Amino acid sequence: MPMNTQGRPTQPGEATQSNAATFSGNSGLDHEEALIFEIGSANKSGVDLPEIPAHTQRLGGLERRAPIGLPGLSEPETMRHYVRLSRQNYAIDSGLYPLGSCTMKHNARLNEKMARLPGFGDLHPLQPQKTVQGALILMEMLAGYLMELTGMPAVALSPKAGAHGELCGMLAIKAAHDARVAREGGAKRSVVLVPESAHGTNPATAAFMGYSVRSIPARDDGTVAVDAVQAALSPDVAAIMLTNPNTCGLFEPEVVAIAQAVHDAGAYFYCDGANFNAIVGKVRPGDLGIDAMHINLHKTFSTPHGGGGPGSGPVVLSAALAPYAPLPFVIKEAAGYRLVEDITRESGEGRQPFGRLTAFHGQMGMFVRALTYMLSHGADGMRAASEDAVLNANYIRVGLRDLFSQPFGDRPCMHEVLFDDSWLKGTGITTLDFAKAMIDEGYHPMTMYFPLVVHGAMLIEPTESESKASLDQFIGTLGALASAAKSGDAQRFTEAPRFAPRRRLDETKAAREPRLVYTSPTSP
Amino acid sequence: MTTHYSKDHEWISIENGIGTVGITEHAQQALGDVVFVEVPDIGRVVVAKEAVAVVESVKAASDIFSPAAGEIVAVNNAIVKNSALVNEGAETTAWFFKIKLANPSDLDGLMDKAGYDRYCAENA
Repeated sequence: MPMNTQGRPTQPGEATQSNAATFSGNSGLDHEEALIFEIGSANKSGVDLPEIPAHTQRLGGLERRAPIGLPGLSEPETMRHYVRLSRQNYAIDSGLYPLGSCTMKHNARLNEKMARLPGFGDLHPLQPQKTVQGALILMEMLAGYLMELTGMPAVALSPKAGAHGELCGMLAIKAAHDARVAREGGAKRSVVLVPESAHGTNPATAAFMGYSVRSIPARDDGTVAVDAVQAALSPDVAAIMLTNPNTCGLFEPEVVAIAQAVHDAGAYFYCDGANFNAIVGKVRPGDLGIDAMHINLHKTFSTPHGGGGPGSGPVVLSAALAPYAPLPFVIKEAAGYRLVEDITRESGEGRQPFGRLTAFHGQMGMFVRALTYMLSHGADGMRAASEDAVLNANYIRVGLRDLFSQPFGDRPCMHEVLFDDSWLKGTGITTLDFAKAMIDEGYHPMTMYFPLVVHGAMLIEPTESESKASLDQFIGTLGALASAAKSGDAQRFTEAPRFAPRRRLDETKAAREPRLVYTSPTSP
Repeated sequence: MTTHYSKDHEWISIENGIGTVGITEHAQQALGDVVFVEVPDIGRVVVAKEAVAVVESVKAASDIFSPAAGEIVAVNNAIVKNSALVNEGAETTAWFFKIKLANPSDLDGLMDKAGYDRYCAENA
């Protein structure tokens, strides 16, 4: 073997094919990380705390009597634990994240820099308002741009995520109906219309509020027909909840006529704004006749997304619903900006807030990031981002259409492209198998088995964040996988993932016999 | 005893004015491993095509619609305790509920076995 003068080998040795497990359980420099309870022990501490001085117990007998049992670790042990865990996490910062209807776009570092400015990052929600004027101005600016982009006259900033925003919008709709009944009499409305292709949160929101859900079938082309809405409308219908562009990645061509029909029936139009990234700067939802729509700042406006990061789902409201917007909201007065928290102290204006959704004012950190995205892109940049998102989705669609199957024919999509599993027929490979094989290739799977209107759905949303080179690599890899699937290499799929830290999990057993409480392997 | 089939993949067997309802073998196969089942309360009065029970598999959660109107007179708690039974005997032991028919003509719009098999083949 060639060596240098110190005896160090300068070329690799003979390759061996040994796949034997390592002695440590680790794999290369990737660690098989134990739970923090198993690394630390309640009997040790990594922190030198002073003795608690003598004191009188004033908790009325509620004080803790036994140790809490938290593991004690040193700072380096703690640091390593969380850094190793973070290395097992797949994130938009580590690779393409094509989850459809999720808009996993890049969160620019500039957003983070702005959110960490002490004037924003170190605020407390109970500070006197005169000390947080900058934050209130920022909230008012963000609200103004959201209204501008959507063509809607009011916005509630406080909802913490998309589904929370749905609840906010539907509460405003319910308040409007209740006010009408109080004013004019008449019956309460108890039904909400939801198309089959809707996000599951839509019927869940309606049901949570006590409405019964009436499903609207999709047409053969994946869109909703005004005739089908018309047929389902009745004096009992309170609202329709429609996603546009829809979860098949298609713009609803009859959306204006649907809005008209809904309004003619005395109902309101809630739009799920999850897919707003396709149309920012191109279409104003207010012009379509929409009464309420949530905007996922963590999707469309690039604030961090996934992994449990804080979401933010402001809701824009039409003139008909604006009076019912929840507290709090920011108003500008001669003396400065003020957060209105109690409507009974205000005079006039005809506002009738349905209440409030959160203890405080919403996700301030996300407001800063979203406004940073808006200001750094500008109006032209936001429009370009939407155009690029649609272009990227269509680039993937065209790149894969000869190998995959499109359920609604060969036609352009919006921000996401939907394939079904009919191209896998006869291969013995399912959408799930294909998704697992993507993990082996270094890609997070696309959204699968959703929307429900398509069999074995594969919904891919690349967002505008990906370069052409990145898209070409993705198309090349998925194309190679598709060719392997069609040529009978089923093992590559049914055994996947082969290279992930864990192999295929037993989802059935996990659901049928869930173990919800941690038990230490060393406990008796 | 005659058995009828719905386009939503329920079957209903009629005996002395009581219908026994479950999901078809085809539905069971399409759902995959069933992990959760919810049945209605006994005594509940339902209309035809009303969602009255739930079946959840690792792939999807689906409503089960009553093919006919009437009153729920019995439910199969065995499948609630052990949802795997639905995969083992969808059209036999794993029935969901029994309903006292209010309106036997509800059955007119349903398919017979041959018609249902044709329906599944056409929509495969």
